[in-house]
Amino acid sequence: MKKEFTAAEHEEIFGQMGPMIDPSLTIEGVGDAVAGVPERKTMPYQWFLVLGVATMLLGFLGLSITALLIKGTGLWGLKIPVAWGFAIVNFVWWIGIGHAGTLISAILFLFKQDWRTSINRFAEAMTLFAVACAGMFPLLHLGRPWVFYWLFPYPNTMAVWPQFRSPLVWDVFAVSTYLTISLLFWFTGLIPDLATMRDRSKSRIGKVLYGIFALGWRGSARHWHRYEVAYLLLAGLSTPLVVSVHSVVSLDFAVSVLPGWHTTIFPPYFVAGAIYSGFAMVITLVIPVRHIFGLKGLITPRHLDNMAKIMLATGLMVFYGYLTEAFFAWYSGNPYEMFMMQNRMGGPYAFQYWMLILCNGLVPQLLWFKRVRRHVIVLFCICIVVNIGMWLERYIIVVTSLHRDFLPSSWDMYAGTRWDWMLYLGTFGFFFFALMLFIRWVPMLPIFEVREIVHAGHEEHED
Amino acid sequence: MKHEPKNPASPAKRPAVDRPLVIEAVKPGQRVEASPDVQSAFAEMRKQSADLAAVRERLARDHGPRFWRSLDELADDESFREMVKTEFPQMAASTDSLDRRSFLKLMGASMAMMGLTACTKQPEELIVPYVTPPEDLVPGKPMQFATIASLSGFAQGVLATSHMGRPTKIEGNPDHPSSLGATDGWMQASILDLYDPDRSQAVIDRGRVSTWERATTAITRAMNDVGLMEGEGLSILTETVTSPTLAAMLEELLETYPKAKWHQYDPVSRDGVYAGAQLAFNRKVDTVYRFDRADVVLSLDSDFLGSGPGHVRYARDFASRRKLDDEGADLNRLYVVESGFTLTGTNADHRLPVRSQDIESFTRALARELGLATLASDTSRVTDSLAPFFNALVEDLQAHRGRCLVVAGEHQPAEVHALVHVINALLQNVGTTLDYIEPVPARPGDQMDSIRELTEDMEAGKIRFLFMLGGNPVYNAPADLRFAEQLELVPLRLHLGTHVDETSFLSHWHITMTHELEAWGDGRAFDGTASICQPLIEPLYQAKSAIEVVAAMLGRSDRSGLDLVRDYWLERLPDGNPETEWRRALHNGVIGGTAFAPLGRLPISFRLLPRDAVPVGEAVGPRWASATSTWDDLEIVLRPDASMWDGRFANNGWLQETPRPVTRVCWGNVIEVSPSDAERMSLDNEDVVEISSGDFFVAGPVWVSPGQARGSITVTLGYGRQRAGKVGDGVGFDAYRLLSTQEPAILSAGRLIKTGRKEDIANVQKHQSMENRALIRAATLDTFRHHPDFAQHMEHEPPESLTMYKPPFDYSVGNQWGMVINLNACIGCNACMVACQAENTIPVVGKKEVMNGREMHWIRVDRYYEGNPDTPTAVHQPVPCMHCENAPCETVCPVGATVHSHDGLNQMVYNRCVGTRYCSNNCPYKVRRFNFFQYHDRETLTLKMQRNPHVTVRPRGVMEKCTYCIQRISVARIEAKLKGRLVEEGEVVTACQQACPTRAISFGDINDPDSEVARLRNSPLNYGLLADLNTRPRTTYLAKVTNPNPALAGGHGHEEGHGHGGHG
Repeated sequence: MKKEFTAAEHEEIFGQMGPMIDPSLTIEGVGDAVAGVPERKTMPYQWFLVLGVATMLLGFLGLSITALLIKGTGLWGLKIPVAWGFAIVNFVWWIGIGHAGTLISAILFLFKQDWRTSINRFAEAMTLFAVACAGMFPLLHLGRPWVFYWLFPYPNTMAVWPQFRSPLVWDVFAVSTYLTISLLFWFTGLIPDLATMRDRSKSRIGKVLYGIFALGWRGSARHWHRYEVAYLLLAGLSTPLVVSVHSVVSLDFAVSVLPGWHTTIFPPYFVAGAIYSGFAMVITLVIPVRHIFGLKGLITPRHLDNMAKIMLATGLMVFYGYLTEAFFAWYSGNPYEMFMMQNRMGGPYAFQYWMLILCNGLVPQLLWFKRVRRHVIVLFCICIVVNIGMWLERYIIVVTSLHRDFLPSSWDMYAGTRWDWMLYLGTFGFFFFALMLFIRWVPMLPIFEVREIVHAGHEEHED
Repeated sequence: MKHEPKNPASPAKRPAVDRPLVIEAVKPGQRVEASPDVQSAFAEMRKQSADLAAVRERLARDHGPRFWRSLDELADDESFREMVKTEFPQMAASTDSLDRRSFLKLMGASMAMMGLTACTKQPEELIVPYVTPPEDLVPGKPMQFATIASLSGFAQGVLATSHMGRPTKIEGNPDHPSSLGATDGWMQASILDLYDPDRSQAVIDRGRVSTWERATTAITRAMNDVGLMEGEGLSILTETVTSPTLAAMLEELLETYPKAKWHQYDPVSRDGVYAGAQLAFNRKVDTVYRFDRADVVLSLDSDFLGSGPGHVRYARDFASRRKLDDEGADLNRLYVVESGFTLTGTNADHRLPVRSQDIESFTRALARELGLATLASDTSRVTDSLAPFFNALVEDLQAHRGRCLVVAGEHQPAEVHALVHVINALLQNVGTTLDYIEPVPARPGDQMDSIRELTEDMEAGKIRFLFMLGGNPVYNAPADLRFAEQLELVPLRLHLGTHVDETSFLSHWHITMTHELEAWGDGRAFDGTASICQPLIEPLYQAKSAIEVVAAMLGRSDRSGLDLVRDYWLERLPDGNPETEWRRALHNGVIGGTAFAPLGRLPISFRLLPRDAVPVGEAVGPRWASATSTWDDLEIVLRPDASMWDGRFANNGWLQETPRPVTRVCWGNVIEVSPSDAERMSLDNEDVVEISSGDFFVAGPVWVSPGQARGSITVTLGYGRQRAGKVGDGVGFDAYRLLSTQEPAILSAGRLIKTGRKEDIANVQKHQSMENRALIRAATLDTFRHHPDFAQHMEHEPPESLTMYKPPFDYSVGNQWGMVINLNACIGCNACMVACQAENTIPVVGKKEVMNGREMHWIRVDRYYEGNPDTPTAVHQPVPCMHCENAPCETVCPVGATVHSHDGLNQMVYNRCVGTRYCSNNCPYKVRRFNFFQYHDRETLTLKMQRNPHVTVRPRGVMEKCTYCIQRISVARIEAKLKGRLVEEGEVVTACQQACPTRAISFGDINDPDSEVARLRNSPLNYGLLADLNTRPRTTYLAKVTNPNPALAGGHGHEEGHGHGGHG
């Protein structure tokens, strides 16, 4: 049953924000729209295109990892003094991107921001894949990756433990916890929908496989009750993680003595940056997906608008971080700090620094305008720019601090080699490959949650 | 499941069982004339098939599985045993009666036979250990032997460490006058040459592997041949010979064959030294300097700290006057006038860059000012802008008559040397700050003439046999002689060399030359002191020394090197029992009383004509034609290289990777151009230019070198080798192509043309300025006298109480290791770097990896410039691990691979390292080094032999850094523990400390109030590098105090005073 609204009614009902979802959608319509994607016989050509490119990049990943394991980290552009480079930049970048998922799922859930329902599944999946990409880097950047497990506190005959004062050990806990909780959260949220898929599935294989992963969900009231409790608990568990993971990652730098790293502002500044980049990535991915798979009714301009607002807010925090860094470098009176800042702004990496200010600080100011926020193409472009800017930010932090530190005799320049780039592109391959499979087999929006909204909307309207 | 064959197969059965041959011989349808043996075998087979039933029966009787090897064995009937017996009667018998006794007999006999074939009789030769007597030989404990390492003929006494027969390390010999226990980089690296895998390994006869015996036959035949004509047609070419034995044998040869000729040639020529003495005194002399007695030193283009005979000793003597006592009373003053920035120049209080060819004018003007009457009408002078320097110098020298010293560069022409002799005489320095002695080489000087004569003889076809004993003239003879072309005219050419090098390649015979650690020999030091060169190891390959080859020429090829050297010295050793004296000489590494006696003041018989000259320092010379990108009339100075010397070390990876002390460039030579000239010609680093002189040219990359004199470029020799080996081939460019007999070393009319190409230069220090940071703290003597603690106010260390945490160890008890590096004494020579590399098995990474910033040196010597780029001062700072008490690297390691020890060491646990490299990022000193690849050569056997068995070979992916030579600490600690005491002062000497020519590095227990480090740490000059980070470094520095002439205040030298850097 479809209803037509006049513009006046529209305005009256939804305010200036526009509808959260297409008000003409029915409960059945939601199921058809979302579950219809995995049930399709074939996927649109864009899907094959992305999968094809991603598979190629995945080959790069395999090649660069193999070469790395055979030859050593010397393949990369690393040197003394710049002993961390692309690997750490990419690690922080991917981890940052992974932040949107939990924030959307957990914090917005606790704050009862219903609009999150249309994007949370997708964002969570993105988080998982991004964290997986991120996780590869600290592992591969080890000189001897085959003994990575020495970073875990496992009982062993030599009674040797990790060195708990090192932020790299904190990292291990932070990232692995984050990955586990994100996975659980994502999977828990999927169960009712997997049951839907099982029930809708017409093929035997589909029924069995979805059935296995649906864990026997029958939709009884008891199921629903337990589900709600579990989900709430997981949301509560995840919430501190949103803050903790990137805080810990930032401590990798802040704990050191290096000018440019040794900064107390890093934890909040990194968290804000992470959410910033995470949302930028969600928007980057969601805009083409809603277009290609006809989900414009479910992921509406209002979603984009809301996400853009969060980007604007976190972007301003990040920009504030940049200003604070510069201010304290000057205010500290510490010659090394002052030099570090001068070197960033006017040294050999000044271009990258000012590009970062442009990408992360200035361009997002366009988001103050509602028309920009709701213009999908402009918004898409801004998000791409922000993603590049956030990568540059990490590059500037890692490289410029290291390449000229205390003793000028050791100063040197850094640049990634083709192997650095190949590995980075390779993780893109992994990310998109996984994302395409996710779109192919799993409902990318939470059907039941959107149905609740539809249901609530209808009730509200009928009242 | 129990397996127990009822009838264990006796050994006798095996042969029958394992004889498939018989079966194979009978193929179906093939007619065979069977031998009786075979026929009987057939019979056996038939029998066997008949027995199959019996076998089955037996199997059925057996319970459980039974393993059998053949049906015969299974059957094991009487007939089978019979067959064996008939076929191998002796075997059957022996197996039956093989009792314990016969078994032992048999085994014993076969062992003896095996053993005999594996044994060769070792020659019985005595090598006397230096420190540890033979009865103390403990496996695993190294022994040291005194021997020599010579460079361009001059001997330097060393103690070679031997681990179970493998020489692994070279140290200086404290008893030897040219070493006093210290070494330079070349001595340190010479150990690697012994194990160079590219050394030639066999005698080669016209490209084919041959033997020493055949070579001797050829030599004998040649000698018989020339013997008929009193040696006519025989020429011998050697490098500079100071070896008394070799010289005596060559003289004997020349007596036997009076028409034979002995030529000498060393590319790093000292001809000017002897020609100058000839000019001044009408006789050749060598000069021995006494820098420890000189208050004022003037170096005229001389790099006495970095090269030349006795430089290690001179560095020690010089630095003894730079180490400050509390009042700074004893400080000397060094003026340097030179073209290229040398090691000596960086240590100057006042340095004046002028072209090398202007040195003569400068010296003339100086001699005139100091009162040389014959030059009263000479117009040589300096420009007005340099006049203050010149006048101050003259005054200073005059004020220190008898306590000053003027030294001329060895590559300077005879006139300069003669003038310097006169100046030193005028200043009454002879007998106080310098002594003249008889020339040390057997035939000093005139080497350019000698090699020219040889080439002319070759060209004229006068030479039938040419014996080249060492050296590499095809590579390093002057280009205008076209040596290689002429060499091919000689009918028989023999070259003795360590490698099949350029010269060997063009010779008929190549004889493998021994390394000095493999051969008996002798040599004289810069002051004439003779030492025996004793081998530590049998020659690795079929190698012979020059002495042995000359012996073969004399028909005494049966005499070993030991016999020859011993015979020579037994007659000449000091009085006493010759055997005892011989052993004493071997043990001490010096032969007592062989130093040449000073000749006293020599009468000067010198008439130098006055001349007109342009003032020194005037902007003359190079004409720059921008249209053609050409620069004419510039001076090209060819200098020996600080790493490669004359090219003999080209295949030595350690030296290739040792950065030049001033430019900090390694893996290749460069064309050093002054900053102003570079600017004028818009030349930049790595621009390839072609430099030429006359018809000869060579192309190489430019290095803009602060402090280089304008109008002059410096090029180092020793690169561009074609046949050095895997390491040295094709590295750099060959500057010998510019060397001419007319103008050795200093080419006055050079030309430079830009090519527009670029070539990579490996430079380990990309940034040259200290950026106003208080890293090297320096002040003038004047400032020091007023503020002895000036170094304490440049930066402030946080108080120790500023922490919430207890220190992990109580540093007030036990041995607490610390190091103090005296920047006043450090001359920046890099000996410590090479010594550390040798001691700690530090891999060589190659040019590409150096350019990637991955060199592995545990200690580096930073060099910073200060002041105007054309006339800068330079300072050196060795940087090893600081062993911080609050080590930033330790807290960030996730696996605890770098930890602190109770005795204050910051330790690296290679086994535990996973390679996060966070420690390196967090090290403010950037002394940590990472194995980005598998840098260590794990395959080459000879390289393995060099490695210190007490040091781990690090694998890929692991961090490493200076350990304070923990293996040496451990040895001392174990010793001390056994005796129940602490390690005492002097028991631990680190490799860098031991090598340091100037004793700039002190190491010891900072808890021991009497130790040198404890004393120096209390000096007001003591400061910690970056100590304001609260790292609490255990390695500290003594601030540098310079002694500029007050009359020149504000001009040169370090003028920074209290509060330098402005950030405290």
